[in-house]
Amino acid sequence: MAKIEKRLPFWQRESFTPFVLLFPAILTLVLVVLLPLLFSLYTSFTGYRLIRPDSLYNFVGFRNYERIFTDWDFWVAFGRTVLFLTIALNLEFLFGLGIALLINRITWGQRTLRTIMMFPMMFSPILVGYQFKFIFNDNIGVLNNALQSLGLSDGAIPWLVDKHLAMGSIIVAEVWMSTSIFAILLLAGLFAMPRDPLEAAKVDGCNPWQVFRHITLPFLMPFAFIAMTIRSLDVARAYDIVDVMTGGGPAGRTELLWTLIARVGYDNSRMGQANAMAYVSILLSIAFTYYFFRKLIAARRYMGGAN
Amino acid sequence: MSSALKKRIGKAVTWALTFLLMLIICMPGLWVVLTGFRPNREVLAKPAVWIPEELSLNNFAQIFGFGAEQVAIPVPAYFTNSLIIALTSTAIAILIGMSGGYAFARFRFRFKDGIFLGLMLSRTVPGIALSLPVFMIWSRIGLIDTKPGLIIVYVALNIPFTIWLIDGFFRQIPKEMSEAAQVDGCTRWQAFWKIEFPLARSGIASAAIFAFLTSWNEYALASQLTRSTDSKTLPVGLMDFTAQFTIDWAGMSAMAVIIIVPALILTFIVQKHLISGLTFGGVKG
Repeated sequence: MAKIEKRLPFWQRESFTPFVLLFPAILTLVLVVLLPLLFSLYTSFTGYRLIRPDSLYNFVGFRNYERIFTDWDFWVAFGRTVLFLTIALNLEFLFGLGIALLINRITWGQRTLRTIMMFPMMFSPILVGYQFKFIFNDNIGVLNNALQSLGLSDGAIPWLVDKHLAMGSIIVAEVWMSTSIFAILLLAGLFAMPRDPLEAAKVDGCNPWQVFRHITLPFLMPFAFIAMTIRSLDVARAYDIVDVMTGGGPAGRTELLWTLIARVGYDNSRMGQANAMAYVSILLSIAFTYYFFRKLIAARRYMGGAN
Repeated sequence: MSSALKKRIGKAVTWALTFLLMLIICMPGLWVVLTGFRPNREVLAKPAVWIPEELSLNNFAQIFGFGAEQVAIPVPAYFTNSLIIALTSTAIAILIGMSGGYAFARFRFRFKDGIFLGLMLSRTVPGIALSLPVFMIWSRIGLIDTKPGLIIVYVALNIPFTIWLIDGFFRQIPKEMSEAAQVDGCTRWQAFWKIEFPLARSGIASAAIFAFLTSWNEYALASQLTRSTDSKTLPVGLMDFTAQFTIDWAGMSAMAVIIIVPALILTFIVQKHLISGLTFGGVKG
């Protein structure tokens, strides 16, 4: 067999087959993601402006990076993005865990509940943004209308215009959209959970909290980290929500890294600088994903390796 | 308190919480759907009209250009664009993803983990960050504001996740089955189409639906790479409404319904496979 392999040209050998199969995928990603990103890296060292095409060859070294790192607006947006992600992901995990435990207790109609739970996952972020823009609208929004009809407030609360409330409203939209992925994966974890350790712990006199803390939760963590990993792949979807709901306003109070990139790149047409920012945002995303992926591997090992 | 009573209270609390939860999940969407059927003056009324007095298909007729009042937003064109772009990019992504997923599920090769990690990392690039260089290149080679331009991008966007899901589905099929077929005289190619593909078909279908939804819902890239009715998709078109002097909430809601409905139907079909695909691929990786 090995001899026959030797005589074939290399592209027909068995060991080469996987590369043939993967070639279209790799080619597409190189052309659409890798090469553009290399071009983007080059651009981030130029003073490229959309309105002056020849400025693409105007090499400025690290000036774009120096400028954004000394730019207060950039750091505010960066900090806000990290804070936003921390709050949103933690809330999503906590709510998701609560929902999974709740649905797990229900025996009747569980499948239907699970189906309903998946709906927000499939909503386009742009629709989630629109839906909450409509709900939080100060004048005709259903939330203010309800508060007024119930007599809880007499004025119109400017949910999306007030500088303190706007970010909270966006977090509500984000959490609404993404909690279900945690709930569904944690529920899948609860279904897969072996009964024996639970029974044994009860026999040994553990109270429900101890059982949860030391048996259920460690078992669920890999599932939580799968959810976190999947989520960290698409955290930038928040751009859509912010763009619809506030467009980064009021007065830049809801500006996230991603909306800032769009503003600098397309609205101010300063492509070079926008690309430098884009690189920071890419590194941020990769860091998030890598962190949770490592956690996932570690949690899997802790479980004794599901391989 | 007797334990029977305690149990009943516990059950009641569980049901009350579940009811509240379902309300929070369903109400926002239902409210938008309801608004899609109401006239604008009722939506804007002060004090609020809670019980709809008038429900009609007028908003839908209008955004599709049948109504008495014409709406300046070419929704039918956006709808066609969305459909063409999402279907084409899904079909291509599934073909590429099947071949890639099969490679990961059935072969051992050098750099396997590295390639897999590379594929996944390509997915972490935020849409808006990717849009900058793609915008610059596409406008140089004339792909800006064209359907193929967006289709290529969506194929690339869908490949990593498609490979991940399909890899998981192929791995659930025992290797021995296709090996047995090959012993019986099938080529590997025949064994794939006769044994493995039929078994993984429903999983592949759910990967396809997932890819379709990603393309159908995408906004960040589409909003920068499209300009006109030649290629604008529904999510980008939805933002057209906000550019008007007064937001047409009823029309916008009707358009939202058009975007939601296909997504919900597909979700309903795919839900079971999606959950098993995600957990399998992740935990047993």
